[in-house]
Amino acid sequence: MIKRKLHFSAWQFILASVFVTFSTLSVYGQDAATNDGEPAAPVEASGSGNAAAGEALFKANCASCHKLYKKAVGPALHEVSQKYDREWLYSWITNSAALIASGDAQAVAVYNEYNQTAMNAFPQLSNTDIDNILAYTDTPKPAPAAAVAGAVGGGQATGATDNSLNSIVLAALALILVLLVALLFVVNSTLKRFADANGIQTDFEEEKEVRRPIWKAFAENQFLVLVSAVFLLLASAYFAYGALMSVGVDQGYAPVQPIHYSHRIHAGTNQIECKYCHSSARESKHSGIPSLNVCMNCHKSVGEVADATYQEGINEYGVDYNKEIQKLYAATGWDSDEQAFTGETQPVRWVRIHNLPDLAYFNHAQHVTAGNIACQQCHGPVEEMEVMYQYSPLTMGWCINCHRETNVDLANNGYYEKIHEELSKQRGGKQLTIADLGGLECGKCHY
Amino acid sequence: MATTKKYWKSTAQLDESNEIVKNLEQNEFAAPIPTEEFLGNNEVMEESSTTRRDFLKYVGFSTAAASLAACEGPVIYSVPYVNQPEQIIPGMANYYATTIADGYDFASILVKTREGRPIKIESNKDAKYRGHANARVHASVLSLYDNNRLKTPLVKGAESTWETLDKEVAQKLNELNGKTLAVLTQTFASPSTMAIIEMLKSKYSNVRHVTYDTVGEDGALNAFESKYGVRGLADYDFTDAETIVSIGADFVGNWQGGGFDKGYSASRVPSNKSMSHHVQFESNMTLSGANADLRYPVTPTEQKHILAALYSKLVGGAANVSLSDKVAKVVEQTAQKLSKAGSKAVVLCGLPDQAAQQLVLAINEKLNSSIVDTAAPIMTRQGNRLAVDQLVKEMQSGSVGALFVAGVDPIYSYDNSDAFAKAMEKVALTVSFASREDSTAQKCDYVATTPHYLESWGDTEIKKGIVSLAQPTIRPIFDTRQLQDTLLKWSGSDQSYKDYLKLYSKSNGASWSQALQDGFFTSNVGLQVDENASEFVASVSDNSALSQLVNSKKPSGFELILYTKTGLGDGAQANNPWLQELPDPITRTTWDNYVTISQIDAEQLGVENENVANGGLNGSYVVVKMNGVERKLPALIQPGQAQGTIGIALGYGKTASIQAEMQTGVNAYPFFKSGSSIQAVTVENVGGEHEFACTQLQNTMMGRDIIRETDLTTYINGDKHEFNPMPEVSLNHIETPVTSPDVDLWTSFDRSTGHHFNMSIDLNACTGCGACVIACHAENNVPVVGKQEVRKSRDMHWLRIDRYYSSTDSFESDEDKKDGFEGLFGDNGSLGGFGELENPADNPQVAFQPVMCQHCNHAPCETVCPVAASSHGRQGQNHMAYNRCVGTRYCANNCPYKVRRFNWFLYNGNDEFDYHMNNDLGRMVINPDVTVRSRGVMEKCSMCMQMTQMTILEAKKDGRMIKDGEFATACSNACSNGAIKFGDINDKESEITKLKNSDRMYHLLEEVGTEPNVIYQVKVRNA
Repeated sequence: MIKRKLHFSAWQFILASVFVTFSTLSVYGQDAATNDGEPAAPVEASGSGNAAAGEALFKANCASCHKLYKKAVGPALHEVSQKYDREWLYSWITNSAALIASGDAQAVAVYNEYNQTAMNAFPQLSNTDIDNILAYTDTPKPAPAAAVAGAVGGGQATGATDNSLNSIVLAALALILVLLVALLFVVNSTLKRFADANGIQTDFEEEKEVRRPIWKAFAENQFLVLVSAVFLLLASAYFAYGALMSVGVDQGYAPVQPIHYSHRIHAGTNQIECKYCHSSARESKHSGIPSLNVCMNCHKSVGEVADATYQEGINEYGVDYNKEIQKLYAATGWDSDEQAFTGETQPVRWVRIHNLPDLAYFNHAQHVTAGNIACQQCHGPVEEMEVMYQYSPLTMGWCINCHRETNVDLANNGYYEKIHEELSKQRGGKQLTIADLGGLECGKCHY
Repeated sequence: MATTKKYWKSTAQLDESNEIVKNLEQNEFAAPIPTEEFLGNNEVMEESSTTRRDFLKYVGFSTAAASLAACEGPVIYSVPYVNQPEQIIPGMANYYATTIADGYDFASILVKTREGRPIKIESNKDAKYRGHANARVHASVLSLYDNNRLKTPLVKGAESTWETLDKEVAQKLNELNGKTLAVLTQTFASPSTMAIIEMLKSKYSNVRHVTYDTVGEDGALNAFESKYGVRGLADYDFTDAETIVSIGADFVGNWQGGGFDKGYSASRVPSNKSMSHHVQFESNMTLSGANADLRYPVTPTEQKHILAALYSKLVGGAANVSLSDKVAKVVEQTAQKLSKAGSKAVVLCGLPDQAAQQLVLAINEKLNSSIVDTAAPIMTRQGNRLAVDQLVKEMQSGSVGALFVAGVDPIYSYDNSDAFAKAMEKVALTVSFASREDSTAQKCDYVATTPHYLESWGDTEIKKGIVSLAQPTIRPIFDTRQLQDTLLKWSGSDQSYKDYLKLYSKSNGASWSQALQDGFFTSNVGLQVDENASEFVASVSDNSALSQLVNSKKPSGFELILYTKTGLGDGAQANNPWLQELPDPITRTTWDNYVTISQIDAEQLGVENENVANGGLNGSYVVVKMNGVERKLPALIQPGQAQGTIGIALGYGKTASIQAEMQTGVNAYPFFKSGSSIQAVTVENVGGEHEFACTQLQNTMMGRDIIRETDLTTYINGDKHEFNPMPEVSLNHIETPVTSPDVDLWTSFDRSTGHHFNMSIDLNACTGCGACVIACHAENNVPVVGKQEVRKSRDMHWLRIDRYYSSTDSFESDEDKKDGFEGLFGDNGSLGGFGELENPADNPQVAFQPVMCQHCNHAPCETVCPVAASSHGRQGQNHMAYNRCVGTRYCANNCPYKVRRFNWFLYNGNDEFDYHMNNDLGRMVINPDVTVRSRGVMEKCSMCMQMTQMTILEAKKDGRMIKDGEFATACSNACSNGAIKFGDINDKESEITKLKNSDRMYHLLEEVGTEPNVIYQVKVRNA
């Protein structure tokens, strides 16, 4: 009886746990609304300008250096119209350099405050345009959606305990299973004892017709044994070959990097050309992992990702992109408040993904510049990769195959002028592959 | 006929009964595979508890374990710059122009850097003067990564900081109390450094600057100074020379700092059917003697007499000298040739004697020689031995309060180093400016550690009026400070030397950025010569100089001629394994110095040289004595050594801060009394056996038709088929040239499109200087194997310079002999025929022949490789895929040129081979574009595949055709003498195509039908 009681309490516990789990998940799954604080909607025109038109102008002209609520290259612009005289703002925005040159005290003060970084002149903006922009910047800061943000926070908090809860549930389930099996045995043996005690025969086997077990029949059929042995051997050889050939092939290798860098966002969403960052691929044998100063070309002003992107990162990849940008700032020693480098740098130890053995010489420039091959041909759909991985096997067979199949564009490179002339005489316009030009010779890659 | 002349590499080859030589000639590898070492030891085998079955199990298990371990690749990190310097592209080389000025070698050079570390030295072909690097300069990049360099400043022998050192030295300098501050330095030839020393002089009252050349040229400097008023050396440009007469001057080698070989080689190539005529009178066999048309082995005393006789014949004055008839006749002929050539003639003298040097200057002036330039002298030697001796005396007397030593190591190199050491003890403050804790630095209170020249700024006026600039090519690796920076600081200046140099150079007429890029500028002010020197120079009249020479008497014992080797020079780079392993061009010996002695003297003294079974050379020891100096050295019998003379190389026997493996040879500086290279000594045989690591018998080629030479007359008047015949074979009883397709066993490939590389080696232009060997080492990561391995014929040089002796003076007698030869062996065999040649000890002719992989179009090595590791490219290069090689060594056995090298061991990261590839610092010199080979694979010259491929890629990137002269290899780049030329023979206008079609062109062992892509140009002698 005591046992039974125990079972009941276990079930209660399980049901309670399952309930808790589902309820937390549903909370976690709720869509969180914005909390970054872009005005939810430019509702009405405040002052004299049209805030909706101003938003478009702001995004086109100002956003690369200014943020609304936060200092960037230039000051935060929220309610800037209340800080300065509107006429002064007109002349500052249309040509700040002239204003500074004229010795305007206020202008000079701003100029000096921001490390004498000159603001671009915007003579194309009319006063109305400026009014519109100021109307946009004056839009009241939306109240942070506290409840929702709280929910998100709560969700995260639950998420943290989620794992431990899961394991408790699983452990409980496993325990129940074991208990059930034990229970069955107990029941079975009790029943048997009852049956024995009552003189009921429980052993039916003797009455069964004696049949030859199938394995015995199989073992006696030599042909079958032979065929299956051959089959087994062939199959295992096939798999062994496959397994051995994949030794040292790291296709799909996607190590965790010190900074979560998303090629999907940079090369995919933002359409940044591969060789903007991997510039040495044009010149050198190395494609080069970009030095951090290349990152900072953009990330000086991109300190946070857009809200939608941020949420996508949290929800789909479990990554806080803004924190990753902070890692970059820590590495380069960028103080985003002061908008200046502190000089304390910490080089980033990236994990190298594409590793060729030392005995093979590979030159990026040969393929990228001379061969005009798209990066994606070997590196795969990088623009879709949230986490970079090795797309191609990078085996010699793979290299050779491409050299056999790829035609050389002789006509559009001055280097081949003479070769092209001679070969077109000899071969009558037939396309030449890299292999035809000696691209399979050992010494071209091994020296 | 010239082509039938027979050559030999070692005197042992002349002995027909020498089984060892025969064996060596038959075997590719001197030593068999050393299986006996462990299988032959029965005791060990029986004691072992491992049965054969167990052994196989172990093997199986370890193979399985190794493959399993290989499944998991290591995690490799890649750490980019935080702020990448604009000019650095990872994977691309940057070149910087700089200047080496280490006190012995001076040259304008280019430094190739990869990712900010220098990996190779190249000649600065655009430099206005001395823009070519010799073997030591090429090797100096490895000295940068020397683990034995000092890493911090030292105070009283302990590591310290610059603050402590500056403070303590400044305090002591203020306590001088009028005593002398002596600054003992190498020759800097640096205008800005001289100016900084002047600053020091104005800060401290009694400063004296003494210049000390480790291997000085006092005689020549004094003669030049007393005649022309400048302490410098006459400059020579041999390009247009017609007659060159050298009396004891190894001007092709290291004489007066070297660097004359470029012009010399230019004059030696028979263009327009003429070439220079070179007569050499000398005692040691030198590079100059080896390259001369006529060489006469004479003692230094005889040299003085010959010079006196020449002077009296050309300039006048009575010279009553007793010359042997033969020599008298030669002098007469030489004098005639000189006066005939007039202004295109030049006389040089290597005697360390002011009188002799003065007469030579007079002769050249009389000849009105255009080869000599006395107006803008060479400034790279300024030292004055008398001033140094005077300084030592003053130090002993206690009048010197402080001693600064920079760039020299007198405790090692001063002849009376004990006296110097004792004198140093009387000096209150001693500061050494050295980059390593050398013998002098060990005795100094302070060591202001200096950086390597590749980490330093500097300027050097190698030749008056042309200033070469030096700039750092890497950040200082250790906590070091340049001498100039330190002196500026101690003179009370806040300026850094870089800023000082910039201002100083600008004020001397430099456009700074341009000059820095070019590596030189033309100065508008002269060099500030050390004003102290003049007081030690006595002037002598020509007549009394003449009588001095006439009256010189031969000493009773031997005359010792001290020389410096191509490899080690004055010994400044003794810790450089590349240089230690560079075979001496003449003796082909590595890792050693020794007494060179003539065959006749050796016989009289009972000195023996013999080859042991593995080809190694053993020699007896001799003791050389001179006024209390006594040194025991091994003796090497040197064909062509003048009877009654011996030679010893300086620069060896260094021990202070030198790795144990590099402490080779015996220090000969104690013999270098008063800085004079000629001394009277006695020699005594003490027997014993010294093991040389000598490559002269290694990889011999069985006396085949390898060197071809002719004389100028035959070359001009004769037919190509006479002096450079094509070997023929009989086809249907008709003699057919071996190059004819009818007799070819091979199918030829079509190489008409694309590039087809050929390399031409001109035997006339090659002086044997060895720069190419070191350049090849640096470019191709060739390992250093050490003395014991070299002795076992396991040297790894991809490029060797064979040195052949030949004994007949006239070609006619050679021909007669050749006609008598029937086969190799027997009474009239060619091997036996060697025995009938002249006594080789007398005066052999020498020929140098660089040999690397010949890149045969029909390569014998490729056909025998069981795994196709050796294959052929359509561009003519013979490829070697190391990762494919399983080490059967069939290829090496089948190679008729013996150019393949087998990795008997792992030479990198192996404690048994503790050279530069065994520490992280030394490995920084490795070329990242070339594989570092592992144990058990064959390697060989790749014709610098990485360089040709890079040239092609650069053209493809730019979308342009390749111009003639763009293709190069490490050796062709290093050969400033123009002996090695490289190019594309599919470019019909190229220089290499012209060389390929030249009358002098031949292939090595043409008759084998290998169709090599390396071509040679017949050597023409102007005899």
